[in-house]
Amino acid sequence: MADALLTLDALRYDAGDRTLIRDVSLRLEAGRRTLILGPNGAGKSVLMRLMHGLIEPSAGRILWNGGSGRPAQAMVFQRPVMLRRSVLDNVIYALDLAGVPAAARRARALDVLERVGLTALADRPARVLSGGEQQRAALARAWALRPRVLFLDEPTASLDPGAAAEVERLIRVIADEGCSIVMVTHHLGQARRLADDIVFVDAGRITEHTPVAEFFASPRSAEAGLYLRGELSWT
Amino acid sequence: MSTLSESFLTAGGLVLAGDPQLLNIVSLSLQVSLTAVFLASCIGLPIGAAVAVGRFPGRKPLTVILNGLMGLPPVVIGLLVYLLLSRAGPLGSFGLLFTPTAMVIAQVVLITPIVAALSRQIVADAWRDYEEQLRSLGASTPRAAFTLLVDTRFSLSTAVLAGLGRAVAEVGAVMIVGGNIDGVTRVMTTSIALETSKGDLPLALALGFILIAIVLLLNALAHAVREWAVRRYG
Amino acid sequence: MDLIRRSFIASAVAAALAMGSPFAGAADRFITVSSTTSTEQSGLFKHLLPAFQAKTGIEVRVVALGTGQALDMARRGDADVVFVHDKVAEEKFIAEGFGVKRQEVMYNDFILIGPKSDPAKVGGGKDITEALKTIQAAQAPFVSRGDKSGTHAAELRLWKAAGVDLDAAKGAWYRDTGSGMGPALNTAASMNAYILADRGTWLSFKNRADLTVSVEGDKRLFNQYGVILVNPDKHPHVKKADGQAFIEWVVSADGQAAIADYKIDGQQLFFPNAVK
Repeated sequence: MADALLTLDALRYDAGDRTLIRDVSLRLEAGRRTLILGPNGAGKSVLMRLMHGLIEPSAGRILWNGGSGRPAQAMVFQRPVMLRRSVLDNVIYALDLAGVPAAARRARALDVLERVGLTALADRPARVLSGGEQQRAALARAWALRPRVLFLDEPTASLDPGAAAEVERLIRVIADEGCSIVMVTHHLGQARRLADDIVFVDAGRITEHTPVAEFFASPRSAEAGLYLRGELSWT
Repeated sequence: MSTLSESFLTAGGLVLAGDPQLLNIVSLSLQVSLTAVFLASCIGLPIGAAVAVGRFPGRKPLTVILNGLMGLPPVVIGLLVYLLLSRAGPLGSFGLLFTPTAMVIAQVVLITPIVAALSRQIVADAWRDYEEQLRSLGASTPRAAFTLLVDTRFSLSTAVLAGLGRAVAEVGAVMIVGGNIDGVTRVMTTSIALETSKGDLPLALALGFILIAIVLLLNALAHAVREWAVRRYG
Repeated sequence: MDLIRRSFIASAVAAALAMGSPFAGAADRFITVSSTTSTEQSGLFKHLLPAFQAKTGIEVRVVALGTGQALDMARRGDADVVFVHDKVAEEKFIAEGFGVKRQEVMYNDFILIGPKSDPAKVGGGKDITEALKTIQAAQAPFVSRGDKSGTHAAELRLWKAAGVDLDAAKGAWYRDTGSGMGPALNTAASMNAYILADRGTWLSFKNRADLTVSVEGDKRLFNQYGVILVNPDKHPHVKKADGQAFIEWVVSADGQAAIADYKIDGQQLFFPNAVK
């Protein structure tokens, strides 16, 4: 069997005397869209930050491609953090940090801005854009880095339905270019629409990792079953 | 009451007449303090950002020290700089005592901690919002610190203005290291002290009004620029 | 990015302007004179120095302190010439080797200032020691400079001459302010207290409130000013030639005439008495 894109091996994460992630092992295959579901406080966001390397595990290993190197990756947060400069300069800044030669940055930035439909706003200060526009700019900034893996932490949670639909569409486009997607959401409809696989997290553990159709038809873990029933009763 | 109204009239008269001596004193005050603020910002802003963003041992005590140094007594700083620059002191051979340069040095010592401590607070607050995004993009700590300085520039103007306010209004340090020499190191505050000594309270107060007016004007200007910029850049 | 670059350039230009001018404006040839608040605040130097500068091209930068501080400043090598009024301290300064030679320049006199209401009933007297004794006996408020200035030293000598042991007699009536002549006069004006002042500062002092001259004319109130070149053997950077030129000018006929010439409201403040 080929090496998985990402392998988590007996991962643990402690914050002070609380263990937020315990004994998590997981294999993510390249090119898949994996959505992480779970109740509030289950550790979904912490797990994603461990994968992306924003925090260091207290124990366990994180292996990319079987240990042969970390692929290009990017992350989009629930609230986009835009710098106080133009939309274009925000993308160029990310390219600069990624080591893209100065001469190539502008064209590449303009290209992704066109793809997310922000060409007309490229020279506008990013902070004065609407929430939906800012999130698209954040997607463009991530996309410009040509990631092999894109992490998204509830990227549509603060958006209205129209803006959320546009963000979903863009995620799909990015995935279709061969980029693996790892995304946290609370929105079951969104999970159903976007996911290939579901990872269900409860109380710091992964209770199951299942193809999406199977997950929604009959979840394997009791926790996921309870969660689905609870969430569905609200919709 | 009579002193107050007399002072207002005197202040108005001095300003309207464009009194050349007054202009010299005002311009020296501004030159010394603006230079000091510029240098203090060059030193204090990077220090503030480094302490806010950096992860190194002794960061917390350093924060406490910086905050404490905001209240440095000007007279003590004046005395220290005096002893450093005096002919008998370690830097005496440069002959800087009783020059505007000496006043700039004393003010830089006095206000660098103010700029550093306030900018540390501002940058640290911003860092909480920016940290994950910047680290996700792969920013090194120095790069992140620089980015935050640029991004909080409108808020940082407050830190710089606080430094300027302190520099322009301070008398203890510049009196000692400048010597209040007529036409050479006499600034607004030392003039006020001198006129008070001469018992010319209306003139002293008039100069005080002019100093306050200048400080208010500088702040209003900076505020307007900031308002405009925040509206423009969010 | 443009905005950032522009603001950096703007502040750099502003700083360059600010840096450039204060250091370019002043004359190249100057001496530093450490002197007393009485000579500076009475306006004497403003009257004298332009004449000297016109004649020699030498700018004189006066740092005005109490006599004790002025001498200490010269001891550290931070002045070329001292121009003060405490003969005892000046002679000590010479004996320590910090000064070359003391030359007498001018005198004025100390006066006892007091409230018009005159609670100690000493007004109009001629005998300063009698007046001080009476003030102490009456516990009338008295403000002292307390700053080791020439005036402070004179005051202490007069208390001693009056037979008052200050250390024992000090109480709420005696306010040791540790400040210059002007600030001490301000304090006395607000407290309606007696105070020993030099006549020059008094004549130019504006915030007199209810104060007036109480005792004057006692020969023990004589106040001699001297001028000393700081010893170049101790401090090699002392501007010997220009400092000496200033000293020679103030004791010359020209300088002495200029001193005699300085008046406030028609009253002469200082009386030249250089030895020819």
